[in-house]
Amino acid sequence: MTCREFADFIMDYLTGELPPETLEPFERHLSRCPNCHEYLAQYRQTVEAGRRAFACDDDLVPDNVPEDLVKAILEARKGL
Amino acid sequence: MVDSPFTPMDGLSRAAPASPADADDAALLAALRAGESDAFERLVRSYGPRLLAVTRRILGSEDDARDAVQDAFLSAFRCLDRFAGESRLSTWLHRIAVNAALMKLRTRRRKPEESIEPLLPAFDGGHHQEQFSSWAEPVDQALERAETRAFVRDRIAELPESYRTVLILRDIEGLDTEETAVRLGLTPNAVKIRLHRARQALRTLIAPHFRGEHA
Repeated sequence: MTCREFADFIMDYLTGELPPETLEPFERHLSRCPNCHEYLAQYRQTVEAGRRAFACDDDLVPDNVPEDLVKAILEARKGL
Repeated sequence: MVDSPFTPMDGLSRAAPASPADADDAALLAALRAGESDAFERLVRSYGPRLLAVTRRILGSEDDARDAVQDAFLSAFRCLDRFAGESRLSTWLHRIAVNAALMKLRTRRRKPEESIEPLLPAFDGGHHQEQFSSWAEPVDQALERAETRAFVRDRIAELPESYRTVLILRDIEGLDTEETAVRLGLTPNAVKIRLHRARQALRTLIAPHFRGEHA
């Protein structure tokens, strides 16, 4: 397996969806190629970073809905 | 519209046990179905902030996010009778807000999208051209800091829209591949390819920071 093929299979590997005939060469490549080992580690951390970037920020949720938006929604409801 | 099968990132799931929030939701739902006008205002004030956060994540633009929240609440008002109560009200509204944001995304004027190719790994004869140096600090530790989280959000915002949307829906909003495909009118395979490329591109964008190369 080449590094390019390895990179293509990373997502399926992480979700456990690689078929056995691909998993075996994938893991063999992983054990022999330090660069792909590092790339896989960074890919995993990137997924984690994306999730955590939004997950812990209560300050991303406004305290209130802007008053004019509340009024607009309630006004529009009358037309339903 | 049926209740949502997924758990949004606000951490409220259908499997959660009954709680005071459930009782509050039940009372609010009863008042909404009875047509009590102050109940609609309570719904907007209670759930509006979280829905606004959802539509901002998907749309970026504040004006579009507000429009989508309005559309979401109007959809919810129309569909109240069809809310079966099998999921939490917050989960159901989250789903509606995601839908409203995606509708907005489809209707707004599309800007020409930049290619994602320059952000994907380059290969030479099947091997990576780049030698990847390890990151200076574990990501979970770095993301304890608000500025690092803001940095990652800003890099996500830089992704080409069609890739950013898939990444947000799959990795942030918690939709599965099938549901993302349905919402975006794509095949499940196309969703998987876009998600993989979006993650690879995001890695390229955040790597210098995590290697300690602060611009």
